[in-house]
This record gives sequence, structure tokens and C-alpha cells, in this order.
Amino acid sequence: MTRPARLRVDFIGCDGRGLCAAALPELITLDDWGFPIVSDRDVPSRLLGDARATVRACPKLALRLDARR
Amino acid sequence: MSDGLLLAGPAAGYEPAPSGLGRRQRAALIAEVDRAGLTGRGGAGFPTARKLAAVAAGHAPVVVANGTEGEPASAKDRVLMTRSPQLVLDGAVLAAEITGASEAVVVVHRDVREIIDEAVAERARVRLDRVRLEVRTAAEGFVAGQASAVVRWVQRGVPAPTATPPRLAQRGLRGAPTLVQNVETLAHLALIARYGAAWFRSAGTPAEPGTMLVTVLGAVRRPGVLEVGIGTPVGRLLDLAGGASAPPQALLLGGYFGAWVAADLALDRPFSSAGLADLGTRPGAGLVAVLPAGACGLAATARLVRYLAGESAGQCGPCRFGLPAIAGQVERIADGRGADPGLLRRWLGQVDGRGGCAHPDGVVRLVRSALRTFGPVEVGPVPVGPGPVGGSR
Repeated sequence: MTRPARLRVDFIGCDGRGLCAAALPELITLDDWGFPIVSDRDVPSRLLGDARATVRACPKLALRLDARR
Repeated sequence: MSDGLLLAGPAAGYEPAPSGLGRRQRAALIAEVDRAGLTGRGGAGFPTARKLAAVAAGHAPVVVANGTEGEPASAKDRVLMTRSPQLVLDGAVLAAEITGASEAVVVVHRDVREIIDEAVAERARVRLDRVRLEVRTAAEGFVAGQASAVVRWVQRGVPAPTATPPRLAQRGLRGAPTLVQNVETLAHLALIARYGAAWFRSAGTPAEPGTMLVTVLGAVRRPGVLEVGIGTPVGRLLDLAGGASAPPQALLLGGYFGAWVAADLALDRPFSSAGLADLGTRPGAGLVAVLPAGACGLAATARLVRYLAGESAGQCGPCRFGLPAIAGQVERIADGRGADPGLLRRWLGQVDGRGGCAHPDGVVRLVRSALRTFGPVEVGPVPVGPGPVGGSR
């Protein structure tokens, strides 16, 4: 059983390229300036694989998946 | 309310920190600070003993005394360093001894650089400290005083916040565990070491003990810096500043990151976190600004928000683009062109909590309080996106 995890954005690193929102629209939308708004809920287990792939795809390494304590 | 000693200058005396402390003595001092209930006076109000303990647990830590005072309306750190520079240095050295640091970097507003230089030289002449004291002039700018920005400024010359994690207590200046503490907090620390926790707790409230420095400005007869017990009624702060120079309409409590509160709601309140909680603000770095009757609170807010938008470090998209957009809407409300309340509400939601530091959050708090206090529209927190998306980080 995997631990619950949430997506986090490092806004200092984020450039607003928008790949994440395109890759994972279920959990990530963009604000009016093109920066990601990520779901503040635990990533559903069926989306964990997609979420990990999206984290790896971020060209700025500004998206991460934090295991919840 | 006890007589404060923060601004007493040499009358408060100064003395060397106990040096070469053993583990037990360091733990005992941290316990005394914990009993005193000292919290950070730079605005965040974090318990000082917990920060000391976290940094003391690390290997070869370093202390940074933060006298940046980036908020332009605040004067308390500069007044403190002018009046009692040795007390601040006592506190910086003591924090270093307690945490096992061999160095304290004192970052000071340029207005007081020479005073602190002289104070450090005086200590060096009498070989007062084992800890090495290094003085640096702070960067200018509102966000330059944020703890991680101070560390980055000292190390790299860039006065902008860094991402968390890592926390500074784990990895800060030059990779070392770093204690960043406001200069007023350090002065309190020095006094607690001298006079003890019980003395410290004789001022303030049981839940929020001690005194604090406040800067009172705006429509008062004698604007300036006061030392008062935490929980002193807001109206009393105005009296101590010579009284209102015009009937007060509203007060900005807690600084540019605080909140506007109608005068009739504010004046009887204790100036403490508990006393201001339901008004949506905290004492923060101790700023009280009085807006007189007849002045336009929305216009004042529009100027503040435009200023704060310009003070963004520009590192985070929502802050960099969102704050100017919000400023534009507040200006439209203030000058009567008319704003789009739905759009403003949406933007406030899209900026709140979405920066590397709390700069955008502070602007959101300020604008919401202005709309509540002066405005035609209530703008509260609302969901910012579609579908499963709620708030964000």
C-alpha cells in the first residue's frame, strides 16, 4: 500500500511552461497567467503513476510528489 | 506593564555572553527561553526556543541577526539598533553560544550600519566575545527581510527568497544549519539571559508574554516607536503616540501584510495575536497605522498594493503577474472606474498561498481587509479552479 501523496509546485522554480496541466488535467489546471494550480487533495491511487510521470516530465524540476506524514 | 529595557541604551548595561557553554548549560538556557515564552518579533511569531533547539541540534551552525527591516513604514529595528546596539549584539552572541555557532552575521539596515560597526569594534577592543561577529549591510526592498532572502543575500548577493525545503535550520548559509532571528528577538534573548523568564513574563499576557516594539504612524501627534507589553489596548498605543491628530477612521494593524480594521472595532482590542485573531490579523512586526476620517482607505490601499506588487522578487509567476493585476483592479475601485468583483475575487484566490514566500499572501490579506472595511463588495476565499482542483501549493 503506497502512502498518500500530494502534488506540490516550487513556484520559484516554475516557469509556467504548462506541460503538467496538459499531462495531468485531472489534477492540474492553469491560473490566468499560465501557472499550475494543483489539487490540494491526496493523489488518487489510480493516478499515482501518471502523477509520477508528470513530475518527471517537468522541464524545470519544479513539480514534486510529497508523501504525506 | 513593566518598564521595558529594549530602548534603555547603555542604561540597560551590557555584558559578555557566557562562553564555552557545555551541553547542559545550553539546554538550560533554551529551557529558560522556552519558559519565558519568547516568540520571533520579526513578524512570524515563531517560538524562539524551538528554533534555538532545532539549530543547536545541527552540526557547526551559524547565526544570522536580521536587522533588514524591509517594511518601509516600520522603524522599530532601526530605533532599537540606534538606541541599544550592544543589547542586540549581546543577543546575537548569546544565540551563537547557545546553538554552538562560532560566527554571527549581523545584517543591518544601512541607516544604522556605522552604529553597529562601532559597537562591534568596541567589543573587539575589549575582547568581549569568542564568537566572530560579521556585519553586513542589508539589501533594500520589501522581501529582502524574509529569512531565506537574508541568507541568500549574505551568501550570493541576491536578496530574494529560496525554496523550502530545505529549511534554514537544516541547510542555510553556506549549507550550515542557520538560525535567522530578528534583532529585537535577540535583544529580548539577551535580557532573558540576564533577568530570567519570570521577569520577562511580568509584561504582556500569560499566553503572549513580554514586551514588543511597535511603530505607530499616520494620524497621531507623535508618530514613533514604543515599547509596550503585548496585549496593550490599541487605543492606548495611540495615546502613547500623543493621541490621534484627527478622528481615526480605520487602522492598519500588523503592517502592510496586516489588515485594515475600522477604528470602532480596533481601539479596545488588545494588541496581541489573541486580541486581533478574529479581525484577520496579528501584531506582526508591530505596525499600527492610523487612517484619519475623510481619507480614502481604498486609495491608500491601492497605493500600498501597487507598491507591494513592485516589491515582488519576481521569482514566482502568480506573484509576479497576479499582484500587478490585483493592483489594477483595486485602483479601478478606488478611482471610481469600477472593477470586476468576480475577476478580483478570482485573482485573489489564484495568488493566495502560491509563492515561495508569503509576499503574495500578505497582499491578499491586505486587499480583502480593505474591501471588508471600506469596500462596496465582500471578497472572500472562493475555489479558484474547476473540477477536483481546490486550493493549491
